[in-house]
This record gives sequence, C-alpha cells and structure tokens, in this order.
Amino acid sequence: MTSPAQAPGTSPASASSDDTVAVRLTEVSKTYGHGPSQLLALDRVSLTAGEGEFVCVIGASGCGKSTLLNLVAGLDTPTSGEVDTSTRRVGLMFQEPALFPWLSAAKNVELALRARGVPRTDRREQTAELLETVRLSDFGDKRPHELSGGMRQRVALARALAQNADVLLMDEPFGALDAMTRDLLHDELDRICAQRSLTVLFVTHNVREAARLGDRVIVLSSRPGRVIAEHEVPRRGQRRIDSPEVAHVAAILTDRLREEMGRHGS
Amino acid sequence: MAVDQALQGLDNLELGPRTAGRRAARLARKTWAAAWPKLLAIALVLLAWQLVHLTGWKHLVLAGPSTVLSDLWQMAQHGQLWAAVGVTMKRALLGYVLALIIGSVIGVLVARIPPLRAALGSIITGLQTMPSIAWYPFAIILFSQGTAAILFVMVMGAAPSIANGLISGVDYTPPLLLRAGRTMGLRGVALYRYLILPASLPAFVAGMKQGWAFAWRSLMAGELVVTIVGAPGLGVLLDTNQSNLDFAGATSIIIVILIIGIVVDMIFTKADTALRRRRGLLESAGST
Repeated sequence: MTSPAQAPGTSPASASSDDTVAVRLTEVSKTYGHGPSQLLALDRVSLTAGEGEFVCVIGASGCGKSTLLNLVAGLDTPTSGEVDTSTRRVGLMFQEPALFPWLSAAKNVELALRARGVPRTDRREQTAELLETVRLSDFGDKRPHELSGGMRQRVALARALAQNADVLLMDEPFGALDAMTRDLLHDELDRICAQRSLTVLFVTHNVREAARLGDRVIVLSSRPGRVIAEHEVPRRGQRRIDSPEVAHVAAILTDRLREEMGRHGS
Repeated sequence: MAVDQALQGLDNLELGPRTAGRRAARLARKTWAAAWPKLLAIALVLLAWQLVHLTGWKHLVLAGPSTVLSDLWQMAQHGQLWAAVGVTMKRALLGYVLALIIGSVIGVLVARIPPLRAALGSIITGLQTMPSIAWYPFAIILFSQGTAAILFVMVMGAAPSIANGLISGVDYTPPLLLRAGRTMGLRGVALYRYLILPASLPAFVAGMKQGWAFAWRSLMAGELVVTIVGAPGLGVLLDTNQSNLDFAGATSIIIVILIIGIVVDMIFTKADTALRRRRGLLESAGST
C-alpha cells in the first residue's frame, strides 16, 4: 500500500506529464554568502507538484525548507537551476499569521483583493465569501489580537486564498497551534483544498502532520538540503491523524529522518 | 457537519466569556485609580512649598502657595492672561504644524533614499541634541526680531524628532509583514500606503510627542529672548513680572505654562495609548 522510498535522482513517480504539473523545480541550488562563510542551503533539488496535488516537505533543521518556499514564491532567486510555476498564482502562508494588526480580519482579507486589483464593488462580497470559507463570518470586524491563534491562522488562510492562488505554499502554518486546533484545521484544509482544487506545497517538521495531509511526502536532508526520499500516501477518503495508516507512514518517515540526523551525529 | 461545530465551539472557548460589568462603575474606579497619585503629588509639592515659606527663607520675595494661587485666580478673572495664552498658543500651533510638515517630508525622503540617509541621518540626530536657545542669535540675525525667528527655532527643535520618529517607524516595520505584503503583490507606493506607513504610525506619534516638547520649549525661550511688537504672549508676561520682582506673578505664569505643556502631552499620550490598544500592543488591564 505504500511505495518504497526512492533513491535521490530518480524521477518522481507521479505528475510527470507537463499540463498537469503546477510546480516544477529542476536541479535547484541556492547558496548564501561568499567565500569561506558560504552556505549551501539547497543542493540540486528537483521536485514537482501536480495540479491539485498536496505535497508535504519534511526535514530536520537546516534542510532549507523556508528557502525552498521563498524560491517557489518568487521572493528569492535560485543560484542555479530552474523554478517553474508557469502562469499560476502563488499564495504564501507562514508559521505566524503575519496579519496587519491595524486592520480588522475582514480588512486584512480585503487588502489582498485590493492588491490584485479587484474592483471595490466586488471586494466586499468576495471578502464575506472567503471568511465564510474559513468559517469566520461572525468575526470579520475583530482585530487580529482579539482572535485566538487558530482563528488568526484561518484569517491568514483566507488572505492567501484572496490572492486567487492556484498554488498554496505553507511554511509550518500550524506549528504554533495546540494539537486539538491543529487537528480541526487539518480537516478544514482538506475540505478547502478539495473545494478549490488547490495545489499545496506544505512544509513541516511534524511527520504525522505530513502523513495526515500529504498525497506525497518529500524528505529533505540537512545541510545542504537534498531530496533523499519520496513517499506516496494512498488517499482513501477522510484520513485521521490517529489512524493506523497514518501512523504506519509516519513511522517509515521517522526512521528515514533519524537515519539522516544520525549522519550529523558524533 | 461535526468539524464545523467543533471548530465553532473551540472558537467560543478560546475567546472566553465577555466581561459583563457595569461600565459606569468601572470607569469611576479607573478614573480614581489614575487620579489619586497625581492629586497626592500636587498636595505634597504644596506642603513642601508652604514649609519653606514658613521657615522665612528669602521671606522678602518668596510668597507662599496661598498668595500665588490667589494671584493666579485674580489673573484668570482678567482678559490679559487669556489674551496672552491665545497669542502663545497660536504661535505654538503655527510653529508645530510647520515642524510637522517639514519633519514628515524630510523623514519620508530620508527613509526612502539611501544616499540621503547616509548624508542626513546623523545630522538629524545631532540636531536633536542642539539646545534651542543657542539658535536664537542665529535666527535673530537671519530674520531680525519677530515671530519668524521664533518659528524658525521651533522648527529646528521639533522637526528632527518628528523626522526621526517616522524614519525609525519605517525601519522597524516587521520583516514578516513586509514578506506578507510582497507575497500579496504590494509594491512601490502601495507598499508604503498600505503597509509601511500604517506600521510606522506608533513610532511616528512618539516622534510627534517628543517634537511637541521641543517646540514648546523653543517657543517659551523665544518669547523671553525675542522682542515682538504687539500683543504680549506668556513669555512677555513672565518677563514683565521678572522686571517688577513680582514672585507671585512669575510663579503663576510658570504654573500656566506647565499646565499647558502637561495637557498637550496628555493628549499625545492618549492618542498613543488608543493606537497601541487597537493593535493589541497593550494588555487590556495594563498600566493605564
């Protein structure tokens, strides 16, 4: 039921035909600094995410997860290699909600609409719809500091969706939340992704979260970040974080990660 | 749907119950809590003053609090004090608005243009340490005796603080918010309009508050140093009292100057607190 972890360098198992690939990274490397203090953050990383696919990226500290997302978001340029999202719009979500504290929840969402030029008359309606999507219709006029952590992160999700993104990049978005809230948000994210057929690139260091959410999980090595394994997770209806299937996949991934961490030990 | 309900329940639990207290009673308690230390401080000052007066030190000139306060009361009945307050406040407003405009323009330019920052950044900070009274010989030579000289010194005193407030606000815009703004597609003018300027507002208000203190000090020094023909301001009244060796009169004017300074400062503090509360930078049961 699970395919064996693949060796690095072999072509990804799925999403190989061009029209169904939403994100394609080809031999992407990224170095920071110059001379002796030079740091290789990513080393010839190749990966793809198919249209509507949920791809999780896991790795220990120093695997360049955030660098990877910055490159895909276009906030940074690779030292070598190619990042291709073709004409798709990319939305980015961080571990912190990064909402603007002087704006209400609704205004935060509306600003994203304004930034991409949605006319004033349509903005109100679309904002209401987006808040409805994340089930926060009653809280539009609250300021971020009046909301709980989970609610703030849902506003941030609504704002990312407001960018009309077909590709959602998520950088440990639930990392700072408690387990119960996170569990509920997993279900919500599942539902919203299915509704909008979003492509998601989801970075986390929580192995269970990766196994719970991903259609495919990519394991990165640390310092530098390289793709060391890919793992397909069969999707059969609603998954639960405490189901045996998820636990099984999580165990395999954990072993692979420990092996990698051991390489840096002693 | 179960998830829907669970999520809603969690939201309600996390936000907690609304505090339903009697607002009037809460307000009265808060006002009293804020007022009594101030009233006590004033009482202590008056007491110390009275004690010094009773020792008979400099008894020929040093009047007691009761004499000064009744003198102040007398003055308040007459038009001259209020006319002087009017003249001074008009100058204060004019000078401060000028400083605000000039300081903001310089602040935005220096924050946006790196070479300008390299050139002017340390000069602006340096100007803040310049005692305003030292500008007056320069200003009087340049503008001769008159309101223009005072306004010039007020601007030199207040504009650097206002500019610096704006610059530090722009500098300390959280990088995470900048990243979020760029992801949203905010660029150039829109990035300033919707992100950087609102984010720097608290630092800007702090700079404005400091600028007011400098402007007020410069104005008082100016009204003592610069001779202006026409309606007298508070400084001229103070000067006249000094010539007449009128201790009670001089002290009364000083009290008026102090009160005006404190009241304006309180307005700025209120604005600052309201701003921070709206952004969740104050605990609701915090220091206020």
